[in-house]
Amino acid sequence: MDLNNFESLKFFYPEAILTGTILLLVVLDLILKFKRSLGYIAIVGCMLSLWATLELYGTLGGWLFHRMIVLDNFSLFFKVVSLLAAVLVVWMSLECRELQAVHQGEYYTLLLTAALGMFFMASSVNLLMAYLSLELVSLTSYVLTGSLPHNRRSSEAALKYLIYGGVASGSMIYGMSWIFGMTGSLDYAQISAALLEGGVHRLSLFMALVLILAGFGYKIVFVPFHMWSPDVYQGAPTPVTAFLSVASNAAGVAILIRFFFPAISRVAEGGDWLYVAGVEWPHFLLFVSMVTMTLGNLCALNQQNLKRMLAYSGIAHAGYLLMGLVVLNNDGLRAMLFYVVVYLIMNLGAFLVVVIVADATGREDIEGYRGLAWRGAAIPAVCMAIFLFSLTGLPPFAGFVGKFFLFAAVIKQGGVFVILAVVAILNSVISLYYYAGVVKTMFLDFPEAGDPKVEMGVNSSALLGFLSCLTVLLGLYWGPLAFYANQSLRFFMK
Amino acid sequence: MTDNILSYMTFFPLAGMIVVLLLPSKSHNLIRWASALFTVPPLLLGVWLYANFDRINPGLQFVEKIPWIPAYNIDYFVGVDGISISMVLLTALLSFLCIFASWGIDKGVKGYFALFLLLDTGMMGVFVALDFFLFYIFWELMLLPMYFLIGIWGGPRREYAAIKFFLYTLFGSVLMLLAILALYFTSEPHTFDMTRLIAQSGKYGVQPLAIWPFDQWGWGFQHVVWMALFIGFAIKIPAFPFHTWLPDAHVEAPTAISVILAGVLLKMGTYGILRVNFPMLPQATADLAYWFLGALGTFNIIYGALCAMAQKDLKKLVAYSSVSHMGYVMLGMASFTTQGINGAVLQMFNHGTITGMLFLLVGVIYDRAHHREIEGFGGIAAVMPVYTGVTAVAFFASMGLPGLSGFISEVLVLLGVWQKYPILAILGASGVILTAGYLLWTIQRIYLGPTNEKYKTLSEINGRELFTLIPLGIIVVILGVYPHAVLDLLRASLDQLNQAVIPHLS
Repeated sequence: MDLNNFESLKFFYPEAILTGTILLLVVLDLILKFKRSLGYIAIVGCMLSLWATLELYGTLGGWLFHRMIVLDNFSLFFKVVSLLAAVLVVWMSLECRELQAVHQGEYYTLLLTAALGMFFMASSVNLLMAYLSLELVSLTSYVLTGSLPHNRRSSEAALKYLIYGGVASGSMIYGMSWIFGMTGSLDYAQISAALLEGGVHRLSLFMALVLILAGFGYKIVFVPFHMWSPDVYQGAPTPVTAFLSVASNAAGVAILIRFFFPAISRVAEGGDWLYVAGVEWPHFLLFVSMVTMTLGNLCALNQQNLKRMLAYSGIAHAGYLLMGLVVLNNDGLRAMLFYVVVYLIMNLGAFLVVVIVADATGREDIEGYRGLAWRGAAIPAVCMAIFLFSLTGLPPFAGFVGKFFLFAAVIKQGGVFVILAVVAILNSVISLYYYAGVVKTMFLDFPEAGDPKVEMGVNSSALLGFLSCLTVLLGLYWGPLAFYANQSLRFFMK
Repeated sequence: MTDNILSYMTFFPLAGMIVVLLLPSKSHNLIRWASALFTVPPLLLGVWLYANFDRINPGLQFVEKIPWIPAYNIDYFVGVDGISISMVLLTALLSFLCIFASWGIDKGVKGYFALFLLLDTGMMGVFVALDFFLFYIFWELMLLPMYFLIGIWGGPRREYAAIKFFLYTLFGSVLMLLAILALYFTSEPHTFDMTRLIAQSGKYGVQPLAIWPFDQWGWGFQHVVWMALFIGFAIKIPAFPFHTWLPDAHVEAPTAISVILAGVLLKMGTYGILRVNFPMLPQATADLAYWFLGALGTFNIIYGALCAMAQKDLKKLVAYSSVSHMGYVMLGMASFTTQGINGAVLQMFNHGTITGMLFLLVGVIYDRAHHREIEGFGGIAAVMPVYTGVTAVAFFASMGLPGLSGFISEVLVLLGVWQKYPILAILGASGVILTAGYLLWTIQRIYLGPTNEKYKTLSEINGRELFTLIPLGIIVVILGVYPHAVLDLLRASLDQLNQAVIPHLS
């Protein structure tokens, strides 16, 4: 199916609903006195869009808008992920005290616009479209990061994010121009055809790929494009950090897989893929993966601020995620999709506890969690322990299953990949030390006089319960999610 | 009911955990009694299991198999055979007794008992699981409550001990996970079912891998996987050089948790080797048994005994004595003789009961004197005669005095090893002398001699403490006189296990 602009609209209603919600929020922001209701409207809009997305799931795929974006299970999967992230983050923001100072209407508008950008990131099959969608997400993210008024950290983070983002997207578009020069097309399918024909210079293709990786890598946060993340994570309002850490990361994974698999690689027998034109980018990414996870974990060891620690842990998780990419087969990709969902749940959960504690005590440093379990916050403390142990990859939590799939993909491939697996397990052990360090502070240390009590609102409690139950549930019964991760590996290519 | 007996034994404590969590946290006694109540059914079912276990059948019994995640061939698959039955019984017994040994806990009572019951489920699950994935989940499930139990209710250096235990064990288990995956992908069709993996044991390659340094050592796929699994299990045993978490964890853990650690958790290491390494990777087992497993076991015996001799802290002494005694288990199973391997599994059971007693006894004196310095006591026998009597039984059993259970298993191990590796048998036997040395010396310093003025007023051991000790004492005596009560359970399966490896011995 190759649809023109008009025909495409019929498959475009999730995006249309989301856009409508965004516009509605802008208008209502002017009219409504009770700003909090904007959050609920955003949730309803996202839910409607989610419903529409799910309706489309499993339908025949096709190119929309003259081969600008594509409709297939893969893109729908990531649309669902970004909508889920948006809903959960809006839910999280409802009671967040930090955000009281922020202009509510703009905040929700920008958040949903970022989600809309992620829709396009997941579905673009044209280099130009990929670039534009990435920029849409980036620009809204810069503003969201700096949205705390009169807050130096927040402004500094936004500026840092902007500068790094500018450099990264600059090199990405430069790399894209190389690809265009070599293949004569911006369209993924035509790039793929041109590469298969041969005659492309090996080194220039490699250079182009590395340059493009700068843009994607900055979204997924892998080394050496990670420098912005600790400062941005620390400076941004916590719900925004949570959103960036899961949704931005997921969209980056989507655009990365879409570009590196259907466009740059070739399908082989039995769910395997082959790299073309002799450019061994998987080996390059293998190295990047090892360095990323090791650096992330080692840097996280000494962090005093929990958000900063989670930033480094996010870098480490980006390294784990890449394990699924380098094996160049569908097992690995399936593991990545699975991990993206699991990571979304557990990481949002961890950030939610950060929000709850910061609202009650005004502290984000790990020392502020001293004896949390013994000062009226046993439930958030237990939930935090669940999320952190899940991030470590311990059963019976969802994080274990996610890591299990990644390890399985790597071990199945054997050979040099076993080294990657060994590096990854050593990293898991290292990561336990800092995750357990937080758990230690919450449970094993006792509160001192004057440590404030921690209380939660209704919305936060409900969300916390939901996320922690899901973390345990997906750790024990993950058949359905694995099934959908598998189903979502359908790329529309012809 | 009898069809799902193992599931009931495993999940009763979990149900207990939920009940305990629902009880009001102020009513301490209610929580204690509820916890005790939920450990009774597994114990009773254990007695039933003991009575109905088919002693002739070497295969699996009381099997339950339900598909869990069919897309990946993962089943809920549990069962017992001669390798695991004694451990299941030991777990049920010690869990029940340790609830009573925990009566004195008065800080965060609800959390303590809830975690304890969760730990109980994890332990039982490890011994009954026959699906590798399930096994791994239970194996890791145990870590979390253990971390908190040591970390929150432990002694002064609890935080250090808890995280050390956690990191060591996690390191071992992730290595094990890689090995499990390697086995999974080698099997055809891919399966986590241990019985099917065992049936395919011939498939796992033994040709040296073309990767340095494995080619230098002549190691194939089997050997590498064997080693990865072994390190995972050796950390639990704990075998030298992975044993350093043990003294820390034991010294800091509350009494009941020390008992569980020594009585049940250490056995998981040797149990895992018997359950997984031996039948699944027989060639590697045969190649590595003598110079690696046997020698390491012997080294453990002597090294642990020497370390124990140097300790000033009574609990640390008992902890190192565990390192030494677990050495006998490793040595015995490396011999592949009927006596050796039966002795090894019997030693696992006996060590559980004897060391359980020892830690309970240390707890009794610590609760009264609030320290454990061996040199700080003296002449306790005059103040606490009953306590001293029970202690003497436990110490002599640990020493291997004829008529008590420790003797039988150590002699069986040495008999079995003598037939294969006389040198290791001689060295192992010398460990008995060292053991006698440090234990007798300890008795002399603590219980005999002039009474220390400070402790003239210590109260005698009370009824609750005796209640936790007497059942173990009775078992120690019975098994010293009539070891067949347990040996009969083991023999058929262990002989079959031996037969799986013996053809591969060169």
